[in-house]
Amino acid sequence: MSAITNAFNRGHKGLVIFLTAGAPSLAGTLDLVKSAYDNGADVIELGIPFSDPLADGPVILESFYRAIKKGTTLKKSIETVHTIRKSCDAPLVFMLSSTLIINHGTKKFMTDTASAGVDGLIIPDVPIEEADEFLPLAKKAGLDTIMLAAPTSTPQRMRAIVKLSSGFVYYINVTGVTGAKKAAPKESAKNIKTLKSMTKLPVLAGFGVTDPQQAKAMSKMSDGVIIGTQAIRVITAAKNQKRAVADLGKFVKSVRKEIDS
Amino acid sequence: MPQPDPSGHFDQFGGRYVIETLMPALTALEAEFNKASKDKKFKKELDRLRSTYIGRQTPLYFAKRLSDHCKGARIYLKREDLNHTGAHKINNTIGQALLALRMKKKRVIAETGAGQHGVATATAAALFGLECEVFMGAKDMERQKLNVFRMKLLGAKVRKVESGTKTLKDATSEAIRDWISTVNDTHYIIGSVVGPHPFPKIVREYQAIIGEETKFQMMVKEGRLPDTLIACVGGGSNAMGFFHAFHGDEEVGMIGVEAGGLGLSTGMHGAPLAKGKVGVLHGSKSYVMLDKNGQVMDTHSISAGLDYPGVGPEHSWYKETKRASYVTINDKEALKAFQTLAQLEGVIPAFESAHAIAHAMKVAKKASKKDVIAVCLSGRGDKDVEVAQQIFGGDE
Repeated sequence: MSAITNAFNRGHKGLVIFLTAGAPSLAGTLDLVKSAYDNGADVIELGIPFSDPLADGPVILESFYRAIKKGTTLKKSIETVHTIRKSCDAPLVFMLSSTLIINHGTKKFMTDTASAGVDGLIIPDVPIEEADEFLPLAKKAGLDTIMLAAPTSTPQRMRAIVKLSSGFVYYINVTGVTGAKKAAPKESAKNIKTLKSMTKLPVLAGFGVTDPQQAKAMSKMSDGVIIGTQAIRVITAAKNQKRAVADLGKFVKSVRKEIDS
Repeated sequence: MPQPDPSGHFDQFGGRYVIETLMPALTALEAEFNKASKDKKFKKELDRLRSTYIGRQTPLYFAKRLSDHCKGARIYLKREDLNHTGAHKINNTIGQALLALRMKKKRVIAETGAGQHGVATATAAALFGLECEVFMGAKDMERQKLNVFRMKLLGAKVRKVESGTKTLKDATSEAIRDWISTVNDTHYIIGSVVGPHPFPKIVREYQAIIGEETKFQMMVKEGRLPDTLIACVGGGSNAMGFFHAFHGDEEVGMIGVEAGGLGLSTGMHGAPLAKGKVGVLHGSKSYVMLDKNGQVMDTHSISAGLDYPGVGPEHSWYKETKRASYVTINDKEALKAFQTLAQLEGVIPAFESAHAIAHAMKVAKKASKKDVIAVCLSGRGDKDVEVAQQIFGGDE
């Protein structure tokens, strides 16, 4: 079993925290990853900044712009994972747009990330139709491939999505971009149930999960939740890096406590 | 094999690189488009609107004084500037608005650079009683004020886009983000042969009338096909509409003209086919202006419509298969052609189309008098006279 699937088999609800690589700085990313992991995150999703992501709302978009301005690149993000791995074994997933992968060289990207210690990939602009270009190479390198299912997905598409997934299945709660709408638990419940009937993989719910109470509600019907925009908000609001690390830890702890209660 | 293939690829280019949320809408759009293409009533309605509303067919005009000036080839202008709303963009928006009606969507959205596609979408929305919202970069709103007002006058909402470079690229990204949130009741009328499949195919289909008419008109006037077709390429819809009908006619050469901006060596241009790398932008794989880290670069062109770091996937395929060649014309050369055409033919071209004119003059000068060049004059220059006045100084 992969490190990611394992992480969700610890007898409690899963919690994935999204962080932007290089926001506020690449050097600071290590401490943020540790803080989220030590305070109850099971998996860290590291977003690699891209100038034109299409599924992200203003909060994550702004964090991408800031990270790019500070010189964050895919190469440096991979180097950062090497550094993280020296002192932290948190399961790590890269979330990035397909262009960055193609630009790096798709095959080389897979081996470079896998050897750095990345456990899995989320490529939001690669649906099942374009999966052939990336997934076989990822699997060959030993990376999990986390595919997205949406409220608009038909059952037929869902079946193909879970088939191509490994690690976990990512259910998008809202018809919208990240951070724009609050997820409605009732609407997600039906689709998550359908997905769960199709796979043994954990199914986690992301998009529109904003606070601990809502995380609890969303985790009841799923195997756990993914929180991105709210984590970035907490980091951005902090006065300095030290505070950001502390505040993120506090936030993650509060979510963990709520979903475990 | 007809291109694109059923999965929307032109060999390695094209495809559907979008979040899952949009996939069902793209599949439904493709199915509806295919149905409409076989529906005689739909075709009849489109033909009726083309002739009675858009004002087709547009003339193929022999530019005698321009040809004489170049002392070479005979230059013809396909007068898309004479369409209702002043550019080729309306060919596509009327077609797609009819599709939106078939799909029972109540709202349409669009991105716009120069404002021409925004105006054409707002026009189609007014004609059919659809709610309309147009995404436009803050920088473009500043340099195309008149078109912003025209859209509002037509009843559309204009959404100012402040993210990224504040131009067409970011307006397109914002429009796609809006569509992800509103896909159930909204159709996205994309303005060029870009975006995820089936958009490049749909837009090509509704713009192909340009080349089809040109082919017929040229046979009447010259008794043969042109030697060379020349059109400007931003996203590339007027060029693809112009080229498509001639794809199988090997004796017809094709040249796409990208924005050279301040010069290719400066990096300040809009020429992904000349200087770009293969990547994914706005849902399809094509040549994109990427920096060494894979980030989309800032672009520059005097013409807002060519100020775009990507290009339609079919153009990348034309380049790869050598069916067309692609060149650049810089801001200065385009401005010169803008003046020349105004003074020799009494036609003020859009800055975009002026790029095509500039290159046509270069080609014509080197060609023999027996040669025939057809240029797609994609739009009229009314929208650009204010900027031109600032540059030339119109008070003298």
